[in-house]
Amino acid sequence: MALLEIRNVTRRFSNYTAVDNVSISVKAGEFFTLLGPSGCGKTTLLRMIAGFDLPDSGQILLDGNDMVGTPPEKRPVHTVFQTYALFPHMTVADNIAFPLKMAGKATQEIKTRVGEALESVRLPSFGNRFPHELSGGQKQRVAFARGLVNRPRLLLLDEPLGALDAKLREEMQIELINLQKELGVTFVFVTHAQDEALALSHRIAVMNHGIVEQIDEPSRIYSFPRNRFVADFIGKISMMSAQVVEAAPSHLKLDVKELGEVTAVGKAGVKTGDTGVMAIRPEQVRISHLSDEPRLKNHFPGKVHDFLYVGDVTTYIVELSNGAYIEALLPNSAPGRAKFFEVGDQVGVSWRHDAGIFLND
Amino acid sequence: MIKGVKGETKDARIARFLVGGPPLLFLLVFFVAPSLIMILTSFRFPGEFGGLAPITAPEDMTIGEYGITSEAYQFFFSDVLYAKIFLKSFLMASATTLICLVMAYPLAMLIARSEKRFRNLMVLLVVLPFASNFLIRIYAWMIILGPESGLSHFINAVLGIFGIAPITLLFSPFAVLVGMVYVHLPFMVLPLYTNLEKHDPSLLNAAQDLGANAWQRFWRVTWPLSLPGVFSGSALVFIPVLGMFAVPEILGGTGDILIGNLIKDQFLGTRDWPFGSVLSIMLTLAVLSIAGLATWFSRFATRQGTV
Repeated sequence: MALLEIRNVTRRFSNYTAVDNVSISVKAGEFFTLLGPSGCGKTTLLRMIAGFDLPDSGQILLDGNDMVGTPPEKRPVHTVFQTYALFPHMTVADNIAFPLKMAGKATQEIKTRVGEALESVRLPSFGNRFPHELSGGQKQRVAFARGLVNRPRLLLLDEPLGALDAKLREEMQIELINLQKELGVTFVFVTHAQDEALALSHRIAVMNHGIVEQIDEPSRIYSFPRNRFVADFIGKISMMSAQVVEAAPSHLKLDVKELGEVTAVGKAGVKTGDTGVMAIRPEQVRISHLSDEPRLKNHFPGKVHDFLYVGDVTTYIVELSNGAYIEALLPNSAPGRAKFFEVGDQVGVSWRHDAGIFLND
Repeated sequence: MIKGVKGETKDARIARFLVGGPPLLFLLVFFVAPSLIMILTSFRFPGEFGGLAPITAPEDMTIGEYGITSEAYQFFFSDVLYAKIFLKSFLMASATTLICLVMAYPLAMLIARSEKRFRNLMVLLVVLPFASNFLIRIYAWMIILGPESGLSHFINAVLGIFGIAPITLLFSPFAVLVGMVYVHLPFMVLPLYTNLEKHDPSLLNAAQDLGANAWQRFWRVTWPLSLPGVFSGSALVFIPVLGMFAVPEILGGTGDILIGNLIKDQFLGTRDWPFGSVLSIMLTLAVLSIAGLATWFSRFATRQGTV
């Protein structure tokens, strides 16, 4: 049985529907992420799981029990807030002890567990400090410790890494994964950062305008987005208008406007004659000097329009003969060189027959 | 008072003196100097018809005393009556502060948690009584608490049911307390509101999320965080009440005088300026030590929390 079961939950505000008939089930021990742009309903959903908001219809079940009548303080669910919300008048130890005190634990047990919690977030000697004496990353760790110390059935994390700089963020991501693995607590994580979602989660629910667009493992979300929104929101992708000319279970033959025939990976439910886009990730696109490569399937000439050097990789924007642009990513394997191709170079781009995906309109 | 700030340019230093100078000068002339004059006055003899006796004996001096003396201090400590009036004043100030706090806290919380566009209007309503004259408002209480008022009739009617003899509300310590609370309530509401309004609502959400019920959220989060507001509000009520003479004079009976009345009498009634100065100095010392204690305690409490 799923630990958390969200069944057909809808939440309407006066002029819009924030969460629209959403059903999600989260397994015990899972690191589950709600991903979407701001206003997609992910935070509203999180607030309803925590109990700060109630669904207009639908059910939220935890261990099979409907939580709707239970106030936040009675739910075995704790939240790590975006702003950390550490109590400024309490020491780190008192902050972490707070949920234990509220639960009426014995003084000796509180002391032991606070010590363990501080240990687990690698801040063993910080118990007597006040929040204002901590750095952003330390505050973050205290917030995690406070959320986890009373071993909630479910820990909700509301964009907890949003306020940290990039470097620290990456560190905290790794710590968060380890913490979750160690303690085995089920996490429901909310973020708008797709890279973070991909890096942390066991499964992701991509949300948009109050509905769930796709629920899947990170690699499947990335490689096989169900629709154009998911494809566009997660990672970079090039899209070109296309029509299906042949639909087989293993592959699709697409007519890409003015480019000709392209083979793409097969997809259930797609019929001959469907219109949509052919989408391809930049790292799936090979780029070579035009003369180098023998003519293959999915091989098209173009010229380098622009490039973007970010250190480890360079993204080339190639203008194809039909006027469409396609992005190709190349690792910079030659030291000291920022690029392999110059703007204006005549190049060929190609991709594996199963790299392109077709997305219906 | 003014400390040099490291790395400050000359212009900035001049600017700081231009800005900080006038108020500093004002305090020197109208607070420090009078206090010194008062201390000097307390060591003199009272003049025959008020004022002070000369320090050196004039040619035709036949009665009265002159020179420097600590007689006024001896007089203050020789009679327990004055200590009693001090104690009574402190009790009155404490009771007023406590009642103001209990009344102001929910009001300040209500204002701080209502919608932003209503807040300024509500604050305006709190300070609106200041628009009419202070004495008129106190005299109004004379009517409200007077023997012919609806309130008096009602209370005595209720007491009558239980066979209790009628009471008079006016000219009693109760009337003084009511007047004191009424006058000083806004001074408690405003600092509390200013403090509560700044509270981060996510802290209460966090507390609730971590298992705190409504009472625990108040006692563990709101209350300790509001202590600075509680302390400044209490100081703004306690200190003026200690020195207040108008309210006891109008609403109190003959036995209800406080330090303020006593001091006023020494200067305007009995015309014993040195003794009036001694009383003032004692009051100032008492207030300063209480303010010092409060500051220390507030620092201690806000740093330690109450958990």
